[in-house]
Amino acid sequence: MRYLPLTNEDRKNMKEVIGITDVNQLFASVPNNVPLDPSFNLPDHKTEMEVGRILSQIAGKNINSNQVPFFLGAGAYKHHIPATVDHIIQRSEFLTSYTPYQPEISQGTLQYLFEFQTQVSLLTGMDVSNASMYDGSTASAEAVSMAKRITKRNKVILSPTLHPQYAEVIKTLISSSEDSVEYKFSECFEVDSLISKIDDDVSCVVVQNPDFFGECYSLENLSKYCQSKGALLIVVVNEVVSLGMMKSPGSMGADIVACEGQSLGNSLNFGGPYIGLMSTKDKFVRQLPGRIVGETNDVDGEKGFVLTLATREQHIRREKATSNICTNSGLCSLAFTIHLSLLGEKGFKKLSKLNHEAAIKLYSRLECLDGFEVINKTFFNEFTIKLPIDAETFVEKMASKGVLAGVPVSRLLNKKDNFLNLLVVASSEINLDSDRDEFIRLAKEVCYE
Amino acid sequence: MADIFYTKDHEWIKVDNGEGVVGITAYASEQLGDIVFVELPQKGMSFDQGKDVAVIESVKAASEIYTPATGEILEINSSLEERPEVVNNDPLGSGWLYKMRVLKPEELKSLMSEEDYNKLIGAKS
Amino acid sequence: MSNNRGLDHDEKLLFEVGDISKTGVDLPDPENIKNMLGSSCSDTEIGLAGLSEPETLRHYVRLSRKNYSIDAGLYPLGSCTMKHNPRLNEKMARLEGFSEIHPLQPISTCQGALELIDLISTWLKELTGMAAITMTPKAGAQGELCGMMAIKQALIFKKESHRKVVLVPDSAHGTNPATAAFLGFDVRTIKSTQEGLIDFEDFKENIDEHFAGVMITNPNTCGLFESDIVKISELTHKSGGYLYCDGANFNAVVGKLKPGDLGIDAMHINLHKTFSTPHGGGGPGSGPVVFSKRLENFCPTPLVKKINGKYDLIENLDNKELSNSFGRLNVFHGQMGMFVRAMSYMLSHGSDGLRQVAEDAVLNANYLRESLSMHLTPAFQGYCMHEILFSDEFLNNTNVETLDFAKAMIDEGYHPMTIYFPLVIHGALLVEPTETESKQSLDHFIETLKSLVARVKNDSDSFKEAPIFTPIRRLDETQAARKPILRWREEVPAKA
Repeated sequence: MRYLPLTNEDRKNMKEVIGITDVNQLFASVPNNVPLDPSFNLPDHKTEMEVGRILSQIAGKNINSNQVPFFLGAGAYKHHIPATVDHIIQRSEFLTSYTPYQPEISQGTLQYLFEFQTQVSLLTGMDVSNASMYDGSTASAEAVSMAKRITKRNKVILSPTLHPQYAEVIKTLISSSEDSVEYKFSECFEVDSLISKIDDDVSCVVVQNPDFFGECYSLENLSKYCQSKGALLIVVVNEVVSLGMMKSPGSMGADIVACEGQSLGNSLNFGGPYIGLMSTKDKFVRQLPGRIVGETNDVDGEKGFVLTLATREQHIRREKATSNICTNSGLCSLAFTIHLSLLGEKGFKKLSKLNHEAAIKLYSRLECLDGFEVINKTFFNEFTIKLPIDAETFVEKMASKGVLAGVPVSRLLNKKDNFLNLLVVASSEINLDSDRDEFIRLAKEVCYE
Repeated sequence: MADIFYTKDHEWIKVDNGEGVVGITAYASEQLGDIVFVELPQKGMSFDQGKDVAVIESVKAASEIYTPATGEILEINSSLEERPEVVNNDPLGSGWLYKMRVLKPEELKSLMSEEDYNKLIGAKS
Repeated sequence: MSNNRGLDHDEKLLFEVGDISKTGVDLPDPENIKNMLGSSCSDTEIGLAGLSEPETLRHYVRLSRKNYSIDAGLYPLGSCTMKHNPRLNEKMARLEGFSEIHPLQPISTCQGALELIDLISTWLKELTGMAAITMTPKAGAQGELCGMMAIKQALIFKKESHRKVVLVPDSAHGTNPATAAFLGFDVRTIKSTQEGLIDFEDFKENIDEHFAGVMITNPNTCGLFESDIVKISELTHKSGGYLYCDGANFNAVVGKLKPGDLGIDAMHINLHKTFSTPHGGGGPGSGPVVFSKRLENFCPTPLVKKINGKYDLIENLDNKELSNSFGRLNVFHGQMGMFVRAMSYMLSHGSDGLRQVAEDAVLNANYLRESLSMHLTPAFQGYCMHEILFSDEFLNNTNVETLDFAKAMIDEGYHPMTIYFPLVIHGALLVEPTETESKQSLDHFIETLKSLVARVKNDSDSFKEAPIFTPIRRLDETQAARKPILRWREEVPAKA
């Protein structure tokens, strides 16, 4: 078999050195009542050709975003990823290296993570960032944990327009504590209406911006009020490209920022692997979970990088650890940082503008369509349409006609009630005028045929 | 004349007229290695004996400090914020962690004398 | 002289070589349509340094050359299973039908994706002999959290929340007690015997009416199979508790036995260890968890089910299949990209190949053990499983410590083995070669270690100085933690 270098001759020689004749002698400590070498209802090994055929066949059963006009968002976005990114991340030294615990032979990884941390801090307008988390949802949940540790309070307020699955994750993660979480999903949301809920028991207020429906907010008022009450403001960003045209969460007064970084460098991949970004103020840095890279000097005085502030991590604190995380998204963070380096300031802002304009173009076409109402007052590259028919039926029919039209809000909810006709639609630089033409043409057909 | 007592978790408390100064022993400081950060309790807070009130972080470990006696925090050694290495250099002197009012002096009887503490760490080496 | 040395190129930070005016991506010009962002709009400078494409390649290629990797050499890291990362896996993961699909597409348009998840679920359940599985945890540590959350949920369901005590062996990886404590359990440590196994008597003594469960690793962190495991699981169940198994060391027994036959209730699997998905410099990982029948109703959302020949994704916590679920660990459905890679590996090996994997892994480890036992000090007698644990006794009467020995290995072209873990052995050195090392590779490794041990007695100073051949030498980790510099900052020019 192609991944097993030992030949039968090797095995024979090695057994002789060890002093055994049968490899099962090495498994003698397995109790007798446990069957060794049981039979499995699984096939035997296959050649590379065969494996390729099987998996290609399965992959072919999916309609993918390169094949049809594509307008899905709701936490994962399709962007053009330059060819250079995927090429670099496949270099052996990046793809097949281990966590940089031995810094002398991992300066490549450590330096790019230090650059990544800088980029994330700049993008979010904060002082420091960690080396990434699994995804935006767990980053948000860790931010809530962090706020609890800092304020020592027990009440968490989630904005009603936070991504429903993010709210589920936060509730699950803190369910083992005695904390209360307030969350009532709604499409109508005034930032300042949260203010009335903030009292001295509140550890943090979590607001998504742009929100699940795509609405964009100024959070200065809210952040001032949170500060006056000693509560932390956590801002969640699902689409990092929005940061090229919007006020940074830091500039609006955020205390902790949790983002989904998938948009840069990482394909849709049916939901994973993605990359969580987490940043905060200098004064909270020792409460920041996850891996962090820091600069230092070696014995010769040369500048270098190491993993640092590791004693917060659970494999060292053991029972006293503050977080479950002891990994980062490695290669996904590399893809992110390469993409952002290739874009640079000019490219990133241009990308951002193109995304916004793509959404405006679709919006303008929809405004002229009877029965389709965009409920947003503002948006970046995503907005929500109130359809004349049920949204889940709409997307099925649009899909059968060759357009992946958006995400029905009800898909993400347990109680669907008032949300049945709402569709979240994302645009990006990949959409062509012909894509929008198809959307409009078929939308009319589907609703009015 | 101040009395010094030791805990099995390697804290010391020097008590004089109802006021105690708390720190960690030289043995603890050595075990921890280079200390990088000290998280101290807030002035004015009160804790029962044995409660974890502070954290000392080194590069390889983070240790809870369990207060040797019940009482109120009167003062903290804020110089440790900028220079945590003082705990390594002088754990029994300028590396003190905090000063407290000892509310239940009878608790001190449950702590170790210097002799007993040295026996404890002698057994460990 | 430049800072370069032959093929070793010095490479400054992105922010020092790049510039905000540079870009390596050609994008069409925006049309400058009036924006619809409202008051949140901003055009402030962010400060993102950019590079052209050629400069980008050079920057990252130079950085890459400062990294060790499994493609370049052996990683003898215990419990990490640093095996070869097959390139077919990468090709398969990049099939557009897998990489370009959105998690929230209509179910009818992603039947292939759900089929793949169902396929890998079936394989993992079959290999482990367990009743149920969740594919959602994104790393081993999260898998552990998942398993323990299911146990906690099961106890709540049975109205037995007074069961708060979780037992963990003293040799356990720190994530085990951390996870239990995080969930509100009281953690009690159980002792190991002189032979490096769980002390069954100590285990028995610690069981009372508050017993919730025990977390074991098998094979354990000393590289030994817990031969009392069936006794432990029987007593656990009889006492009303659950057995969680840390599956980090599954590579020793995959295809050779079914963990389900050991009586475990939950086990996480590291796809990036046993199933060859790449470590990527620290991630992404994937940590699916298999469950026994006793825990199958408590899985997190979502589940993939096949009904009448069609695949469905059960996501909503209101669905009756999830009525006792403990909730949701992550947004969306798990690390699909890693599932495809692992599936490509599993199909390539098949069950016969996977059995060979475990046999070769254990054979390689014992070959190392036999060849090195007179030079390093094995912590325990007898055969090991897929990894060997050494103590630092062989360094007695020298002033070389485990750390120095490890750094000296770097100069010899090897990534050091796992050091100072498990904590039960002084100055521990834990070596796991994996099955993808050839005999030639192992022989070279053996000779290198032998020569290092020989030098230890006569030349201990050089160990303290090591490494000397790397572009960067030993770094001051104390300084990094005392005065954290965690990002580049623009230097403000001093006022004249």
